[in-house]
Amino acid sequence: MEHGTILCGFGGQGLLFAGQVLAQAALLEGREVSWMPSYGPEMRGGTATCSVVVSDLPIGSPLVDLPDSVVALNPPSMARYEPLLALRGLLVLNDSLIEAEPTRTDIEVVRLPCTELARAAGDDRLVSIVGLGALVARRPIVGGDSVREAMTELVRKHHPELVDADLAAFAAGFDRAISELAVAASGGSRSA
Amino acid sequence: MTTLLAAADRGSAEAAGPAVRPILMKGNEAIAEAAIQAGCDAYFGYPITPQAELLEWMARRMPECGRVFVQAESELGAINMALGAAATGARVLVSSSSPGISLMAEAMSYMAGSELPVVLVNVMRGGPGLGSIGPSQSDYFQATKGHGHGDYRVPVLAPSSIAEAVGLVADAFEIAERYRTPTMILADGVMGQAMEPVVPSYRMPERLPDGWQLSGANGRPPRVLQSLHLLPEELEAHDRHLQAKYRTIAEREVRWAGEQLDDAEIAIVAYGTAARVARTAIQRARAGGLALGLFRPITLWPFPSDALAAVAPRLRALLVVELSAGQLVEDVRLAVGDRVPVLFHGRMGGMVPTPGEVLDAARRAWAMTEGPAVSR
Repeated sequence: MEHGTILCGFGGQGLLFAGQVLAQAALLEGREVSWMPSYGPEMRGGTATCSVVVSDLPIGSPLVDLPDSVVALNPPSMARYEPLLALRGLLVLNDSLIEAEPTRTDIEVVRLPCTELARAAGDDRLVSIVGLGALVARRPIVGGDSVREAMTELVRKHHPELVDADLAAFAAGFDRAISELAVAASGGSRSA
Repeated sequence: MTTLLAAADRGSAEAAGPAVRPILMKGNEAIAEAAIQAGCDAYFGYPITPQAELLEWMARRMPECGRVFVQAESELGAINMALGAAATGARVLVSSSSPGISLMAEAMSYMAGSELPVVLVNVMRGGPGLGSIGPSQSDYFQATKGHGHGDYRVPVLAPSSIAEAVGLVADAFEIAERYRTPTMILADGVMGQAMEPVVPSYRMPERLPDGWQLSGANGRPPRVLQSLHLLPEELEAHDRHLQAKYRTIAEREVRWAGEQLDDAEIAIVAYGTAARVARTAIQRARAGGLALGLFRPITLWPFPSDALAAVAPRLRALLVVELSAGQLVEDVRLAVGDRVPVLFHGRMGGMVPTPGEVLDAARRAWAMTEGPAVSR
């Protein structure tokens, strides 16, 4: 099974790091993995993108043109990548910044207020980690334990004081995505 | 130069220990570390995107290892420092990206003429001119057809994954020293910037015995390394010697890889990042019933012409995929002649073809070559 994810948002939202956590988790599971950042002019202020491919077989293109999942943290990201999603793909939306509704009906959408959840977890810079939590909750590309282990490993190196906040942000995104699913299953509507 | 020679004697003390688990590394960093582990004594460079992390890695690690790191005043400075260091027998790495590589052409020609081993890494970006910083393969002609002036060749190795790049670094040093020739690793922005798993287990090529290096003439007659041969007769003899060497390299150092070629009806010919995109397109094509395969040159010079010519007659077409205007197409056509149609899909300027585009091109190739008009 191969799963291509695009994480995208403003530079500074931490999405390259979130992609790295996903890639590291896949590595810990012994999977094939590639991580490809945007490194062009958009890194200087505009939209930044990161492609992560996880597979059981040698990976082809490290750039994803038909994503199985998209984590969009700002409006331009949704506009750009929603149309590319594969059929029944997953779109994780940052409700804190995105007001527009997705137009496609053949995809799965999970909306969550990433900024607020990150702030509640201890650091509002961790929006991407909240998004990663929602992604892994709905698409078990890698196991939650692998993500926690990878995150601890990576954060401990440079910011040991942030390990707990990162773990909490991941849990917040994960739990919200699961509870949204339960709400949807019971016929309820999304709470704002 | 004492430092360089001392470094050369250090042996494999830094070889990776047992229990090696894969780690994620950026291509630029993996190439840099592989060079260090291959015994690189000296690195010279100048920053440029998308290879900057290679230089940054060397800036930190080379002094840690007691070796030479110089960020020169320009690419010209870097490559000429490399020339001087290589003349002492040091194992030398230089890296840059396309515009910087152009600046290095003169010294590369001098090193080819003087028969100096050096490994030059080009992490290609869009051109011509200052171009863009996006990934590109548009320096294929430059790398394989000359670069600088004069009758010379440069072996060119093109990694298609970061793990492969690590292995090719050691191979490049080995080829450079075995044949006393500048050798190039041709990567692109994707190979430089992406992270993939790398098993940190490295190979250090053996050092060849002292024979030509300018290592101090104490107790022996002085040696001369030069590319200047004013007498045409003398230069022609030297050029003949170089050409004989290139023929040997062409006989012995060809590398390529095939994927799913056994039952393929169309083969994509691609190297580096283009080959990775092709692999995904091939998976999708096969899921839709089109038998595609991949022919991937690893050495771009010497080009695997014989291998490609042997595969071609079984195919209904070859589809060349590149991040360029179609530079590889010429070598493919030279290899297969009229035996099989050669088609092309490419993107330029820092754009990367998508697997979807390549699949569309393969479908067109399939449709064009269907029917009785095609003899196989």
